Amino acid sequence: MDSLWQLALDSLWPMVSGALTATIPLAIISFVLGLAVALMVALMRISANKVVSGIARGYISIIRGTPLLVQLFVIFYGLPSLGVTIDPWPSAIIAFTLNVGGYAAEIIRAAILSVPGGQWEAGYTIGMSKTRTLYKLILPQAARVAIPPLSNTFISLVKDTSLASMILVTEMFRRAQEIAATTYEFMLLYMEAAAIYWVICLVLSAVQDRMESRLEKYVA
Amino acid sequence: MSPKALTPLLNVTDLHKSFGTNKVLRGIDFSVQSGEVLALIGPSGSGKTTALRCLNGLESPDSGVVSFAGGPEVTFQPGLPAKKAQVLRDRSAMVFQGHHLFPHLTVLQNVTIGPLQVQRRPREEVMSRANELLERVGLEQKSSDYPSSLSGGQQQRVGIVRALMLQPDLLLFDEPTSALDPELVGEVLSVIKELAQEGWSMVLVTHELAFARDVADTVVFMDDGVVVERGPAAQVLGNPTHERTKAFVQRLLHPF
Repeated sequence: MDSLWQLALDSLWPMVSGALTATIPLAIISFVLGLAVALMVALMRISANKVVSGIARGYISIIRGTPLLVQLFVIFYGLPSLGVTIDPWPSAIIAFTLNVGGYAAEIIRAAILSVPGGQWEAGYTIGMSKTRTLYKLILPQAARVAIPPLSNTFISLVKDTSLASMILVTEMFRRAQEIAATTYEFMLLYMEAAAIYWVICLVLSAVQDRMESRLEKYVA
Repeated sequence: MSPKALTPLLNVTDLHKSFGTNKVLRGIDFSVQSGEVLALIGPSGSGKTTALRCLNGLESPDSGVVSFAGGPEVTFQPGLPAKKAQVLRDRSAMVFQGHHLFPHLTVLQNVTIGPLQVQRRPREEVMSRANELLERVGLEQKSSDYPSSLSGGQQQRVGIVRALMLQPDLLLFDEPTSALDPELVGEVLSVIKELAQEGWSMVLVTHELAFARDVADTVVFMDDGVVVERGPAAQVLGNPTHERTKAFVQRLLHPF
């Protein structure tokens, strides 16, 4: 029993450092880039131009209709046969970014549409252009609506980064696998990994709560 | 009502507008002189709100001309890019029925965002003007509050200040009291009346006939997408000549 505790303690830092140097940065970078993609796709989807909104619709459909693991494999293992070889880290970032882009696009689209049309008109009548109205008036109000579902997306993403272990990114879960492979203590190490993911998500939920109450006043 | 110099400000010529097969405007003409208060009245669905929205470029008529003395002048036609009508907003400002204040901005930010960010006027001038106008409508204590904490009447008074802050030549009111509880109507109407007495030019879509009679110089009665009757307020509301106007005025003044 002592040796199990010792192993749990000894493996804690390698795994936590894997979380700090890979899992969390991977999630944050992909999420930020993914939000930019999502905003663009959401605006395309709202566009009156049928071709533009059709492209956005197709993109969302493909991302949501295919497993994330398959998307990762296509980029990392598939593209080299077309002569495009991408390293594990950038592959993971590209795949997660595109994935978040597809899911968050629908969230952002719904949030933008939830802002009453009168807000657009009020922006126009004080002389604002469509773009300025969007950024100054509509998006801040849409943010309040979008934060709970976007938080879910982010929390899912943190956990989904474990899939990057399958394309050789040494993130937290891959550390757990490596230690388990040499010690055969699978249960211990995978439970330990689970516990660390859980703690990260608890912190994120607390952050979400704070953001929601700070944005409370944005609701009409 | 004191006699006002007849300097033309706005000319509206032959506005036509359909939503699908529904012809909402079927050739609307009217004009506004500088300092004139014009009330647009008529039954629901008569097209008066649509006509008003055309003046601010919020609605694109299928044809017709909206022309301000000294410009801009917009000749509408199908497919006219929305941007072409935006120039009308340089001269006019709109007060909405539902106020449409920005819920994520304070009262002060609501009324200064246009002058500061769009018109790019000096901050000091904008702030002192905003405080002055908020004080005039009795809301100087509320300037750092959010709109959701105000009553409907207070919100609408902020809406009026937001429009005034743009320094328009023409104020447009779209049923500014229709969404208010009855006991809050008076405080908004009295602000509008003061503005009228100060000589602001305005076009007012309203169902408050007593108020229109009190404040407006000219009343335009619309029905079914056309102007049925126009003239001095006292005459159109007190002694209408057209049957449809008579029936409408009767109905509103004596609903039971």
